[in-house]
Amino acid sequence: MLQTVLEPGTAENAALFRETYLAAYRFMLLARLLDDKFAALWRSGRIHGGVFLGRGQEALSAATGVSLKKGDVFAPLIRDAAGRLAFGETVRDAARTYLGSALGPMRGRDGNVHRGKPREGYLPMISHLGAMISVVNGILLAHRFKKISGTVGVASIGDGATSTGAFHEALNQAAVEKLPLVLVVADNQYAYSTPTARQFACRDLADKAPGYGVEVDSVDGTDLSACLKSIGQAVAHARAGRGPRLVIATLLRLCGHGEHDDAGYIDPQLKTSPIGRDCLKVAEEHLVRQKWADATTLATWRSEVTHEIEEAIAQVQREPAPDPFAEEWRAISSRHLSETHADNEVDPA
Amino acid sequence: MSVTYLEAIREAQAHALRDDPRVFIYGQDVGAFGGAFKATKNLASEFPGRVLDSPISEDAIMGLAVGAAIEGMRPIVEMQFADFSTVGFNQIVNQAATLFWRTNVPCPITVRLPFGGTSGSGPFHSQCMETVYAHYPGLIVLTPATVEDAYSMLLEAVAIDDPVIFCEHKFLYYHLKAERLPSEALPVGKARIAREGRDMTIVAYSAMVHEALEAAKELTPEGWEVEVVDLRSVKPIDTDTVMASVARTGRLLCVGEAWSWGGATAEIIARVVTEGYGLLDAPPQRLNAKDTPVPYHPNLWAAHRPTARAIAAAARKLLRL
Repeated sequence: MLQTVLEPGTAENAALFRETYLAAYRFMLLARLLDDKFAALWRSGRIHGGVFLGRGQEALSAATGVSLKKGDVFAPLIRDAAGRLAFGETVRDAARTYLGSALGPMRGRDGNVHRGKPREGYLPMISHLGAMISVVNGILLAHRFKKISGTVGVASIGDGATSTGAFHEALNQAAVEKLPLVLVVADNQYAYSTPTARQFACRDLADKAPGYGVEVDSVDGTDLSACLKSIGQAVAHARAGRGPRLVIATLLRLCGHGEHDDAGYIDPQLKTSPIGRDCLKVAEEHLVRQKWADATTLATWRSEVTHEIEEAIAQVQREPAPDPFAEEWRAISSRHLSETHADNEVDPA
Repeated sequence: MSVTYLEAIREAQAHALRDDPRVFIYGQDVGAFGGAFKATKNLASEFPGRVLDSPISEDAIMGLAVGAAIEGMRPIVEMQFADFSTVGFNQIVNQAATLFWRTNVPCPITVRLPFGGTSGSGPFHSQCMETVYAHYPGLIVLTPATVEDAYSMLLEAVAIDDPVIFCEHKFLYYHLKAERLPSEALPVGKARIAREGRDMTIVAYSAMVHEALEAAKELTPEGWEVEVVDLRSVKPIDTDTVMASVARTGRLLCVGEAWSWGGATAEIIARVVTEGYGLLDAPPQRLNAKDTPVPYHPNLWAAHRPTARAIAAAARKLLRL
């Protein structure tokens, strides 16, 4: 986890930006190749349930992850593999949740993108994504009660979640309480199959911010430099106690909603428009142009990352699955208040 | 000196705020105004910064409470009326109730639901939500019927490491009085024999306990000794106490102010029948509110919910079976 300092001009800051960019690119690459691996495992029947990729959203996601530090809060969306890794998730824990390892943070009780470590500020989403925003607010308010200052919370959502009541309630709540929330909207043009024209009627999602009394920034979500600057500034702004900010990133989802979805509904013109660029390629071109890396270095990184992923997947595939007979079927932590009535339990013997 | 059910709820919150720095209160109008029913009267000035007015946003209120609980706080949330908690339903049943199971991180939140009918309140300020929440794994649902329980169970709710739906009955707020606050109490999860009897058992909770006690009194001159079990907690249900009572009386009538379909009364009958069929001398019965929205007019309202008279009539019928 790195913190970006992005006041331009000095050589020192230029060097720091380069370092941040390189770190973020590395997480983008790791996320892309890890997602590809999950897709391959899903196609070969090794993953139970869905697989949801972040293809095309890695720049925004990695920029979010590297802008946060320990003690901050991150509620990712389903396409945030890069941000999760940058925030500190291991490849192993990501794989454990997809492959249902009993050793993963969710222990097979929840799967795929529904993973996190709440006590470490890394929130496991429920499927009603807009509902995560106010949970981030709650952690930030608790920090205020506990006199912990300088922490920031990021909630990531898509264009679809901006239509939910939870988005409205939580953004308004953050504004009323002046919480250090950065609400990142990945406007990827489709919520599952629904295009933005059927999602909202305002000219631009950024237009929503003034209604809540929060600041807003819009960014090209395919450009890692722009994302690092926009998210970095929003995080610095929140960290300095200047209240919540909405960030609207425009990009295109370069895959289906999940791997089960061929995304035949995506307008072909969008694919050839500037927002249809592959952010990973854009970042690689930038690295070469800046002479921060050459083709050989990029190939070396790719092979290192592939090796890291293969090693982690191989290990996780050997880990035990959850055992229904060893499972403690209890939904509350207060053991003494558990329901003891068991007329629906049949002894398998 | 006497204390009302409502004052007991206020005192329990004051006690919790005083004893535990992790406790805070969040809800609509709970701050300087002291709450729609004055259940948080003066708490904002006694505990500065810890009793916060929220926007009218039940979803965000509950979501914030979950976040604060993850971070080690002990939020008390007031939903102004239980009916309004439907707007926060998603956060209660999908966020708060699943957190521990999914992540092993406890979610200590007390959600206060002022619930139940009072004359003239109509369809959206009278609902009973206890059986809806009890349906979901991961929640504890408490329904105190007495001043003493309102106080001690609320204090215990705040100390419990899980989300507690605390159903406080609006009908009991003002007229139910006790001499003093209790110094000791039956723990959460245990039912109470509110009245001993030998001829039949009435199981009730919250305001219906008082209607059942009235009915039992009405039946005394007719020679019937009716036992009344105050459930106290809808989830978990103290099945043992109910079963022991039915074992003594052989007859069971369950009374709930909530709608009957899939409700707490159905659950109790299911348990008694599946585990104690042989204890029954007659088919178990239940009495609930009619299957319509709660009516506004007092004539309709009094006929919609079970009353002492209706309970007594149902009891006579069961005693003759």
